[in-house]
Amino acid sequence: MTPAIQVQQVHKRFGAVQALCGIDLEVAPGEFFGLLGPNGAGKTTLINILAGLARADSGSVRVMGHDVIDDYRASRRALGVVPQELVFDPFFSVRETLRFQSGYFGLKHNGAWIDEVMHHLDLTGKADANMRSLSGGMKRRVLVAQALVHKPPVIVLDEPTAGVDVELRQGLWEFVRGLNRDGHTIVLTTHYLEEAEALCGRIAMMKQGRIVALDTTRNLVNRRDSLYLKLRIAGAALPAALAARVRDSRDAVHTLRLRSHAELEGVLAQVREAGVQIEELELLQPDLEDVFVQIMNREEGADGRGGRSAASALSAPAAPNR
Amino acid sequence: MSGFGTLLFKELLRFWKVAFQTIAAPVLTTLLYLLIFSHVMQGQARVYGAVPYAAFLVPGLVMMAVLQNAFANSSSSLIQSKISGNIIFLLLPPLSYWDFFAAYVLASVVRGMVVGVGVLLVSLGFVGLSFEHPLWILAFAVTGSAILGTLGLIAGIWAEKFDQVAAFQSFLIMPLTFLSGVFYSIHSLPDFWQTLSRFNPFFYMIDGFRYGFFGVSDINPVLSLGIAALSLLALTAITLALLKRGYKLRH
Repeated sequence: MTPAIQVQQVHKRFGAVQALCGIDLEVAPGEFFGLLGPNGAGKTTLINILAGLARADSGSVRVMGHDVIDDYRASRRALGVVPQELVFDPFFSVRETLRFQSGYFGLKHNGAWIDEVMHHLDLTGKADANMRSLSGGMKRRVLVAQALVHKPPVIVLDEPTAGVDVELRQGLWEFVRGLNRDGHTIVLTTHYLEEAEALCGRIAMMKQGRIVALDTTRNLVNRRDSLYLKLRIAGAALPAALAARVRDSRDAVHTLRLRSHAELEGVLAQVREAGVQIEELELLQPDLEDVFVQIMNREEGADGRGGRSAASALSAPAAPNR
Repeated sequence: MSGFGTLLFKELLRFWKVAFQTIAAPVLTTLLYLLIFSHVMQGQARVYGAVPYAAFLVPGLVMMAVLQNAFANSSSSLIQSKISGNIIFLLLPPLSYWDFFAAYVLASVVRGMVVGVGVLLVSLGFVGLSFEHPLWILAFAVTGSAILGTLGLIAGIWAEKFDQVAAFQSFLIMPLTFLSGVFYSIHSLPDFWQTLSRFNPFFYMIDGFRYGFFGVSDINPVLSLGIAALSLLALTAITLALLKRGYKLRH
């Protein structure tokens, strides 16, 4: 089966910054795929190359089997992109914007589908309002609608929920899930890791222009090498033998790292022997965020070779913002 | 509608929606030039034999308005799209670089023509004119506005901020138009400036355009049209090459 997206050995440099260093990636038709990574990891550059907004220095990229350079007409017809920036044309209304976008794809008599897309995205009431007069959330919806006017089999959403209120975010995900159920391939980048965990079947994590993890969401979450035991204690101090396990201590609440459930018994025994009273106990399963932080930190240590300084300036905030 | 047709229509609608600024304002400005210059210069400037100065001036001003507005249309539309980022709506669809080029340049030609016709109609209320060879008038207006539309596209592609488009306009387009014989016949100039004027492609556009009205010109209109057409061809080749490469549009 032809992959929905096929990326082979893609390199891209912007001046002194190596934005992508040899990306290989395949997304199957119908997948809900997540692309995660800190700012400057190269996610948007990769999407731009996919969409023809940027050109790879080397390597090849195909959308539904169509090369994005040699067969750009077919590849662009197969792809709908919701850009990260909230862009709009202030000269036109919502309906005009969508009609033009549909016309650029050479579509005729597309009015019924445009009405349907507007209806699904709750834009019907604003159809004839000028783009300038819309709120940020409404503009975001128009961008989603614009990406869908030509019914593309592959849809890419580049941080679509950045700065979007909870209600719209829920509505948007409901809508995108529906598209995925109808057979559309979805590629999503987001900083909200719980969103990626809930939505994506498979995830690639990028850092400094490389893919550092690529697996199903379930395998990634299970990949943890630790879980956490959160204790509220009284009576005595935590025994010194457990100090190495402490990840976090605040007043009488301590979070201890365990390598597996098997260690739980031993830790609790040590606590009991020290005469410590347990008032509250909670076992924390690591989520995608923990795995993300783990992978990013591991890469930090592993990737200390030369030529990194330029790229690391771009990827400073490694912590995901919640 | 095809991708090209849609883009052309969108470009036309864009300037039509702000017609006060894009059509009425340049018509008024040009009219002021006409009133002031014809008043001050009447009897001072030596032009073609019996042609009164005001009548000589009108075709020059009409062509100047055509050229400047053709340039303004493509350059300002493109730089606005680039700065606001909505250029991506044109880069994501399967528009070819030919579609892109033709739509922007044609919209510029239409804008130039609409302003030109506006200036001409209003001028006729003040100055009597002859129309010796209407087809030459049309040929020079279309070629001239296409040249400037293409130059505007190049400026829009190259520029990264409004400032740079303004510089392109002020340091290239304005001097070339003002020194092209809009306000005088180059035969009234000292030899050195006459020779220099012949290196200005805008001079041939204005001179040939004027021939259409009076049947008189400094240069044979066939030669002028040939030079204008060659300029257009060369600029078109450059612009298409830039668009094909994605220069400053696709990174």
